[in-house]
Amino acid sequence: MSLTNTSIQEKLVEKFGDQVGSFSTDSGILSFEAPAPSNLKVIQFLYDELGFTFLTDLCGVNYPDQKGAEIVVVYHLHNFVENSRVRFSIAVPVEKPDVFTASKLFESANWMERETYDFFGVNFIGHANLKRILNVDEMDYFPLRKEFPLEDQTRIDKDDEMFGRG
Amino acid sequence: MEAHHNIDLPQGSIEKKTTTLNIGPTHPATHGVFQNIMEIDGERVVSSEQTVGFIHRAFEKLAERRNLYQITPITDRLNYCSSPINNMGWHITCERFLKVEIPKRVDYLRIIIMELARISDHLICNSIVGVDTGAYTGFLYVMQYRELIYEIYEEVCGSRLTTNIGRIGGFERNFTNTAFTKLEKFLNEYPKVLKEFESLFTRNRIFMERTQGTGGISAERAMNYGFTGPNLRAAGVDYDVRVANPYSSYQDIDFTVPVGTTGDNYDRFLVRNAEMWQSISIIKQAYEKVQAFKGTDAEIFHADVPEYYLPKKEDVYNNMEALIWHFKIIMGEVNLPKGQIYSAVEGGNGELGFYLVSDGGRTPFRLHFRRPCFIYYQAYPELITGGMLSDAVVTMSSLNLIAGELDA
Repeated sequence: MSLTNTSIQEKLVEKFGDQVGSFSTDSGILSFEAPAPSNLKVIQFLYDELGFTFLTDLCGVNYPDQKGAEIVVVYHLHNFVENSRVRFSIAVPVEKPDVFTASKLFESANWMERETYDFFGVNFIGHANLKRILNVDEMDYFPLRKEFPLEDQTRIDKDDEMFGRG
Repeated sequence: MEAHHNIDLPQGSIEKKTTTLNIGPTHPATHGVFQNIMEIDGERVVSSEQTVGFIHRAFEKLAERRNLYQITPITDRLNYCSSPINNMGWHITCERFLKVEIPKRVDYLRIIIMELARISDHLICNSIVGVDTGAYTGFLYVMQYRELIYEIYEEVCGSRLTTNIGRIGGFERNFTNTAFTKLEKFLNEYPKVLKEFESLFTRNRIFMERTQGTGGISAERAMNYGFTGPNLRAAGVDYDVRVANPYSSYQDIDFTVPVGTTGDNYDRFLVRNAEMWQSISIIKQAYEKVQAFKGTDAEIFHADVPEYYLPKKEDVYNNMEALIWHFKIIMGEVNLPKGQIYSAVEGGNGELGFYLVSDGGRTPFRLHFRRPCFIYYQAYPELITGGMLSDAVVTMSSLNLIAGELDA
């Protein structure tokens, strides 16, 4: 069995019908979108049927202008035997960012999901230990969301002579 | 019995059979800012929990307001034992994203630098494993050659640890003759030193008994935990990004991918040593290929990407076109194409990936670093549970954890 981007796409469409869509092969990696509630079904199918047994990366992206789909979680999976990669994303609204956890299938998802929770506030349902990982526990916002601005570089009200700004 | 009333012991602490031990965040045994709260029964580790994030610097957020060339210094500070690989990985990501064609000579020069960086990374890791098992000599002995590698960096880019080496499209300047002389000196002298380093450790009975069978992991668990790099190969999976998804013309070079079997500390040590031998051979091959370029071909050290590669200073002063590009680059007024890319290189401790999302603006819309040691450090409790506390220290250093990369 040799896997090509087209054969992966065909198998996915055969299995999930029009639930999966927006296929593209940006920079050689097949990427597609799936509905948020069926993320585990897609991962399990890729794992069992197509041999994507390695979770390369899991991260969030925030698109504040996409109403109802502001938070996007992106998965990168890898099939070592066929040496092919696949990327898929699911979108959830910022008011209720609930996503099923992949940490039961991949141990590696544990911290990557904690990181995504830490920065984007994605609530991974079923995660055993969903708490902040890189930021302090007391933090009450999700810093990589676009609504959280970086400091204005032209501000002058800050006494910061020691650090070369003042 | 009166004495009991004077000491205010927490509830349940007398019945408790195990001891809670805190190691870190700053402890000589952790080689970096790591905290572990361990539950120990005598000398045996019963359970452990890691805390990370002590030097988190919000690189992913910072990158959202920086131009591509301003992100390179950020990548220096990920795995600072091999920053050139991070720099090149970032440049390669940008070049793939912008679809820039890179001249072969630049590719080979990059291979030389990246493999030097890999040697210096493995050298630190392996010699620190030696230090933690009680053999300080190896560490001091090889440090001299890391110094020589840093001198080569210095000759190429001007700095040593946080290198910011190269630009999008190639290098900021051609390699000088001094750089090549130093490289030749390194290629002549280093194999002997590595041989000696190996004979200090590989069949040393104390070292073998300390490292064999400790911190082991099966191939299946290692993959499930997202291991990459030497740690995964030590468990017996021959996955190497240089082979699986070649970048920078690695497909033109002959080399083997060393693998272990047990995934324990000893195998990790052996795999890293074997990789250093491979790196030496890769550097030799790449250097031969570089030397084959003669005349004007030997002057090529960057691709032609005016939008991202700064023009020569003389041209900026004398040529309108170059002046415009100079300002556009410095002020970051070049819009990126729309799209997204995931691109990975084989870093010192595993697959270092860059996931770049662009909405057509001047800076990345989102940049995520796939940091190998952040992912595989999760397995640490599983690796050390049931073992001795002193083996946990060795396991930690043999995983090659770099706090800068872990915390991003």
